[in-house]
Amino acid sequence: MATLEIRDLHVSVDTENGPKEILRGVDLTIAGGQTHAIMGPNGSGKSTLAYSIAGHPKYNITSGTVTLDGEDVLDMAVDERARAGLFLAMQYPVEVPGVSVANFLRTAKTAIDGEAPKLRTWVKDVNTALADLEMDPEFAQRNVNEGFSGGEKKRHEIVQLELLNPKIAILDETDSGLDIDALKVVSTGVNRFAEQGDKGVLLITHYTRILRYIKPDFVHVFVDGRVAEEGGPELADELEANGYERFLKAAAK
Amino acid sequence: MTASETLVATGNRAHSHGPGSPVPLQARSERPTSYDVADFPVPNGREEEWRFTPVKALKALFADEPGTEIPKVDASGPDGVVIETVAADSLKVGRPQDRTAAVAWTHAAEAVAVRIPVEAELTEPVHVNVAGLGARGFSHLIVDAGRHSRAIVIIDHTGAGELGSNVEIVVGDGADLRVVSIQQGDHESIHLAQHDALVGRDAKLHHVVVTLGGKVVRVNTNVRYAGPGGDADLVGVYFAESGQHHEHRLFVDHEATHCKSNVLYKGALAGDNARSVWIGDVLIRAAAEGTDTFELNRNLVLTDGARADSVPNLEIETGEIEGAGHASATGRFDDEQLFYLQARGIPEDAARRLVVSGFFNDIIGKIGVPEVAEHLHEVIEEKLARTAELSTSAKAVIGQ
Repeated sequence: MATLEIRDLHVSVDTENGPKEILRGVDLTIAGGQTHAIMGPNGSGKSTLAYSIAGHPKYNITSGTVTLDGEDVLDMAVDERARAGLFLAMQYPVEVPGVSVANFLRTAKTAIDGEAPKLRTWVKDVNTALADLEMDPEFAQRNVNEGFSGGEKKRHEIVQLELLNPKIAILDETDSGLDIDALKVVSTGVNRFAEQGDKGVLLITHYTRILRYIKPDFVHVFVDGRVAEEGGPELADELEANGYERFLKAAAK
Repeated sequence: MTASETLVATGNRAHSHGPGSPVPLQARSERPTSYDVADFPVPNGREEEWRFTPVKALKALFADEPGTEIPKVDASGPDGVVIETVAADSLKVGRPQDRTAAVAWTHAAEAVAVRIPVEAELTEPVHVNVAGLGARGFSHLIVDAGRHSRAIVIIDHTGAGELGSNVEIVVGDGADLRVVSIQQGDHESIHLAQHDALVGRDAKLHHVVVTLGGKVVRVNTNVRYAGPGGDADLVGVYFAESGQHHEHRLFVDHEATHCKSNVLYKGALAGDNARSVWIGDVLIRAAAEGTDTFELNRNLVLTDGARADSVPNLEIETGEIEGAGHASATGRFDDEQLFYLQARGIPEDAARRLVVSGFFNDIIGKIGVPEVAEHLHEVIEEKLARTAELSTSAKAVIGQ
């Protein structure tokens, strides 16, 4: 089973006033079969963690390690990380004009597997994945994310999750901007992925709402660039009742 | 930066947008045309119609002298088409609008005429190859599509040297003509061309310009309408690499009623000093009621050091029109698109190719000739492979 290990991760971004540290020593281990929720207020560095693991060039890793099954992830190019088994469902999926969803999915699947998928089963798989996320089959012919509503973009991310079937999925605020029906559809997709048994899920969210549909094994509260507190699902219940105030006060001390 | 709008009956004359685009000194219709070279002084680069062009490189084509060679012109087509040699001034649909067009008109003694007879429907494209042999030469082509005919004519410009050319296009009443002009001379070649099209009553012109090669290529396309109901679809694709200047100027002159024009030009630029210029002038004259026109230019800048200029101009003299609009946008390669595709396992070079082929996708679909679309696709891939080498070597330098 896959294991993603993050050790003492420090990340900064370049600003007009020089580098600004956003992650200040993150330790986290996500093993296959586990679902972890990272919760935290705005600006706590949750998304930075997601994008740093995926290798976005904006983020500079100043120290620490990230390994997947012992392999150094930070040494890999963005596409190599994906091929190694990491997947990031993005908060703001990007439009790619002129490239159809069908072409995009086939190109990605071919890159991940190292060989083109078998045509007959592939078309069926795509249609099944779209249907599972309650997306019309005609989405396959549309350009990637172009003219998609916010909810359609998020569903499209989960379609990709199901088709590419990585070892570890990082979901960056996949729930934000979704109405309750879309949230259920997306959550069902994530659960289907997780129920394979050997998959790791890192669910990043601002709200507790999605945790009614996706049950985390572990909850980590993120404040000011590091994990402030860790616990089981009961920690999410406390956040639902009391919000982040206790953690923010603790961090301010 | 994106500018997009639809203008209806503002009464504006000489309406102009875009970076570095002063309001023209004169209305587009008032710019002179002449068959006499002496009517055009040698350009110094400050003139409205030359200000984006590297005129210093064009001295050979400004000189009022015969060519030092005659470009090799091969034309062939399916049964039914007539290909003949005629006097250069036998048709005079073309009206030279600058010095180089007048020089080419004067010194191309003969024209090759491709005639599609009345009501003929050609099953295969007509192919015309104009090959520069390395010196200074002029060519003149006439494409004359008879009433209710239907044809595709592909003009392929290849080879070396300096070429000045005029292309005259007549689309007979009710005819459907597709003219594809490909500019792919070698990397040191210079090609300055003027195309003049006269679109007949209820006729349809598809004019496709594909510019890939050359050091300096400038294609000026002018469209007029001989009667009501004409429809002109003007499509252009270009890809300028380091040291290449690709310039396209269009002038659609709406004088007849109920005519349409639709302009779509898209270009990519990569490498130091890669340069593109697009000027789209549309004039709707007072008599041209029921006109429907739209023009769009998009540029994708793939690397630092490249520059694209894009200037749409719309002059409207009547409010009784269906629609008139223009849009122009020039954008840099979007690294977020690259990240998104790479995050799905797609290697960087394949991701770049995917984004660029996506950018050109709609326009390649409008070329309407599979052999040209395929060829274009291949050349774009070759150019992108060179661009990838550029960015790899740039990274290697940074990494040192």
